[in-house]
Amino acid sequence: MGWLFRFLSSSIGQKFISGLTGLFLISFLLVHLAGNLQLLNTDVEAAKTSFNAYSHFMSTNPIIRILEIGLVLGFALHIFYGLKLYFANKAARPVAYATRDANANSKWTSRSMFLSGSIILAFLILHLLNFFVKARFGGEEDMYTLVVEAFKLPYYSIFYVIAMILLGLHLNHGFQSAFQTFGLLGKKYASVIKGAGVAVAVIIPLLYAIIPLYFLLGIGGK
Amino acid sequence: MNFKLKIWRQKNSKDKGRFVDYTIENVADDTSFLEMLDILNEKLIANNEDPVAFDHDCREGICGTCSLHINGRPHGPKPKVTACQLFMRTFRDGEQITIEPWRAKSFPVIRDLITDRGAFERIIQAGGFISASTGSAPDGNAIPIPKADAEWAMDAAACIGCGACVAACKNASAMLFVSAKVAHLGKLPQGKVEAKKRVLNMIAQMDKEGFGSCTNTYACEAECPKGISVANIAYLNREFLKAGLS
Ligand code: HEM
Ligand code: FES
Repeated sequence: MGWLFRFLSSSIGQKFISGLTGLFLISFLLVHLAGNLQLLNTDVEAAKTSFNAYSHFMSTNPIIRILEIGLVLGFALHIFYGLKLYFANKAARPVAYATRDANANSKWTSRSMFLSGSIILAFLILHLLNFFVKARFGGEEDMYTLVVEAFKLPYYSIFYVIAMILLGLHLNHGFQSAFQTFGLLGKKYASVIKGAGVAVAVIIPLLYAIIPLYFLLGIGGK
Repeated sequence: MNFKLKIWRQKNSKDKGRFVDYTIENVADDTSFLEMLDILNEKLIANNEDPVAFDHDCREGICGTCSLHINGRPHGPKPKVTACQLFMRTFRDGEQITIEPWRAKSFPVIRDLITDRGAFERIIQAGGFISASTGSAPDGNAIPIPKADAEWAMDAAACIGCGACVAACKNASAMLFVSAKVAHLGKLPQGKVEAKKRVLNMIAQMDKEGFGSCTNTYACEAECPKGISVANIAYLNREFLKAGLS
């Protein structure tokens, strides 16, 4: 186990975990998105039945319970190493420059991962309290109505959309960054991976954001 | 040409330091940045003031000693040049120029614009070498080396260890420097023998020196006077993961 301890105490080892968990969280985003898209079914009764059945399954199935542990661990490790590296990196430059033209050499999205991550985290906590806790621990059966009513509230939907924009920025840098950290952003595949990163960063948050807007703008849920 | 200079002055590593304003007049446009500082220092000495301490040696862009953060960027506004190869015609007449030392915990300021970059030396001592027995030089073509590897190693070997990568990085990370050294040795057959030990020891030393980690902003590549590519960092990560996980 000595090697693992050494690996995890090195900067590259910690980056590796941060990248691995980051990519793992994208798989969660995809599964969760597939479930949410049921809300867009124009047949309201069918949407309600299928979404509630899905929520019931997600909050009671024993296999989901096991996968949930992995997900919590994924978030915990990602956030833990994200914060740890962030503060270590701050400490590496105790005296700031008086003038610094950072835009001349790097993109601001690549420099704002802590900010975008923190807002995603704030959103995540609010989101869990509003929906997850009620379905998982509150025994709420009609999740469809609960979600649709929440999405009709402007403040909730707007925060949701803002969080998705930040998720997009986070993924825009994070996706290719993870591959660079794994040492896989070689000359051959770099453009493919960067392109895939942009696609992931645009498509996933966009599809998520469409759902609250659909109800907020009164197009669906009538 | 005339310039308003705002220069960081600091007596020693304990001193808090502060900016001091100077003006300099009638500088020819083909004066190099360091020559401009020489002219300023001659004036200061003539007035019985302390000259501005700054690092320099070759003044032809090959030693990596000059290390000035000029108007918010390492080695100033021009890409792929060191401060010694930067000419005053790059600036506007009358422009204010702010000059600071590299800022990093691992590069403490010794005096004014001079920092102690010994951390880089210690990283090299930790593994940035190959162990070769002495004797007469071996035949040049005795060991076949694929052209692509030779090219990569040569490009990486262009690193002059100036520290602009650390200075540019928001995390003061030394990954571009370390990756250039690891690639320049590791890509060649003579360097492969110690590859695993090298990468583990150099990264351990890099972390110990207090440099930040890489968040892949690629500011280092944009500011490197020798155009060292971040593909070297991917290579370094790959080598480290292979060595650390096997
Ligand atoms: C679903 C949610 C999230 C996903 C899919 C995600 C994805 C990613 C990915 C792929 C990376 C790149 C890793 C690398 O550079 O090797 C990353 C980095 C990072 N993430 Fe997240 N992340 C999420 C949530 C969060 C949260 C809640 C935080 C909380 C603080 C956070 C903070 C960070 C930080 C600090 C980094 C490192 C930034 C850097 O290297 O510049 N992330 N994330
Ligand atoms: S003085 Fe040698 S590189 Fe500038």
